[in-house]
Amino acid sequence: MSLFDQRIKDIHELLHKREVSVTDLVAESYKRIEEVEGKVEAFLHLNEEAARKAAREMDDHLVSKGVDGALFGLPAGLKDNIVTKGLRTTCASKLLDNFIPVHDATVVQKLHAAGAVTIGKLNMDEFAMGSSNENSGYKLTRNPWNTERVPGGSSGGSAASVAAGEVLFSLGSDTGGSIREPAAFCGVVGMKPTYGRVSRFGLVAFASSLDQIGPLTRTVEDNAYVLNAISGYDKLDSTSANVEVPDYTAGLTGDIKGLKIAVPKEYLGEGVNAEVRVHIEQALTTLEGLGATWEEVSLPHSKYAVAAYYILASSEASANLARFDGIRYGVRVEEDNLIDTYKKSRSQGFGDEVKRRIMLGTFALSSGYYDAYYKKAQQVRTLIKQDFDDVLAQYDVIIGPTAPTTAFQIGEQVNDPLTMYANDILTIPVNLAGVPAISVPAGFAYGLPIGLQIIGKHFAESMVYRVAHAFEQATNFHMEAPKL
Amino acid sequence: MRITKNQVKHVANLARLEFSEKEMEVFAKQLDDIIGYAEQLNELDTTNVKPTSHVLDISNVLRADEVRQSLSNEAALKNAPDQADGQVKVPSVLE
Repeated sequence: MSLFDQRIKDIHELLHKREVSVTDLVAESYKRIEEVEGKVEAFLHLNEEAARKAAREMDDHLVSKGVDGALFGLPAGLKDNIVTKGLRTTCASKLLDNFIPVHDATVVQKLHAAGAVTIGKLNMDEFAMGSSNENSGYKLTRNPWNTERVPGGSSGGSAASVAAGEVLFSLGSDTGGSIREPAAFCGVVGMKPTYGRVSRFGLVAFASSLDQIGPLTRTVEDNAYVLNAISGYDKLDSTSANVEVPDYTAGLTGDIKGLKIAVPKEYLGEGVNAEVRVHIEQALTTLEGLGATWEEVSLPHSKYAVAAYYILASSEASANLARFDGIRYGVRVEEDNLIDTYKKSRSQGFGDEVKRRIMLGTFALSSGYYDAYYKKAQQVRTLIKQDFDDVLAQYDVIIGPTAPTTAFQIGEQVNDPLTMYANDILTIPVNLAGVPAISVPAGFAYGLPIGLQIIGKHFAESMVYRVAHAFEQATNFHMEAPKL
Repeated sequence: MRITKNQVKHVANLARLEFSEKEMEVFAKQLDDIIGYAEQLNELDTTNVKPTSHVLDISNVLRADEVRQSLSNEAALKNAPDQADGQVKVPSVLE
């Protein structure tokens, strides 16, 4: 049994009793990485020297002050689109191959303040654009449950590293499902908080109106601990919300008696694999057994979410990624004049999916097409958000699968953008509405994990965690670990 | 085809990207498929529907215009591919 099969609470108890040291925890992390990284390939760069040094300092601190911080001594992995001072940050793009940030993201500062130790930076789809990690400019991360399968994306490294026990928790980012889908595929817990709950300062922007950072962990309680530490208003992010942060671990009682669950018929319909559907139905029976009630509802505009999302996210991306031009940072391909330098640097630096989305976004925003595509998609977004508002006015949470299938084969969908986009059909609407949602393990089909998605009202993460935790405690899926 | 090769060329120039003839064909086809898929949005009547610009009920976020510490010149240039005299150096802008 690995130290990381234990929970934050247990590890803190061990630290408190001096049965382990922070040095031990960090050493355990790098030892596990050495053992399994050849099969999983979750990391892009390690922070080993600095992490071991930090651990020694924290052990001194432990002697004088005890366990000082909610995440004290805990080994963490960070998705490589979260900037880390002095530690290479590439967004898995060749264009940023040499980029060493000069500041930390707000979440990184908060993690360090809570005592977490950065173990390394995790692989992802380039600039967070993808659902399988196959769009990384560097390597292919593999699913720890079956290394012929994708880990999901875009936070594939974040999910795989936690599932493989390389770190105790990780941070990912979720624009259309990029935390929840890989969490489902890798059998871990992944939370996309309410838009504005967590500061995006220092998260390299993909689609600014949708992006949100969140934690990936083995259990719901651990997830709540991490969200406690990273949430809150930040004056450096004007879209972060000035809303009080409750203690997310407080409501984890296992009691969900009398709660009302909505199950959208669109989330169990066509396109959702039969195995997945069966497990979600079983989950509903489990929740019913705990005293909750559920009813079928409709989110009538669900089928339009993917189309609206690809127009909006790509439009925002085309503007956000204009800054990558090889001038102030990144890899420059020098030509005789400035325009050609831009073009060569961008064309050689970006991978195909990134170019595809920049092209789509530039087209949708270009003169003569703006009303037909971008404005139309923004209006459809309003309708989708209204669907959620209507249902969540009457129910405590919405429940469905996280992804329509289990993890697919590496290479299976890589040449067909539209099929790949359909993986996010059940997660995208949540980002468009800005509400929080979690994926928790809900069983296995042919050895591959299935994720249950629980969606709540704006800033109702506590309710989402409460239901997720009750479900987790009533099942044993989170106790399973992949054999590597 | 909704998207022609000429349109792809035009958009590529706006986006400061360049493609080979072969890539251009692939992109034209793929973009055409995606735009075709997006046209299902036209099934919805959105007359009088306000576009969503922000999902939360917040609008202008204001702060006092105060001088704060910012990056040093050295830090700001740390990642610049080329620099001279404390500034980022670029190829000629004018012919």
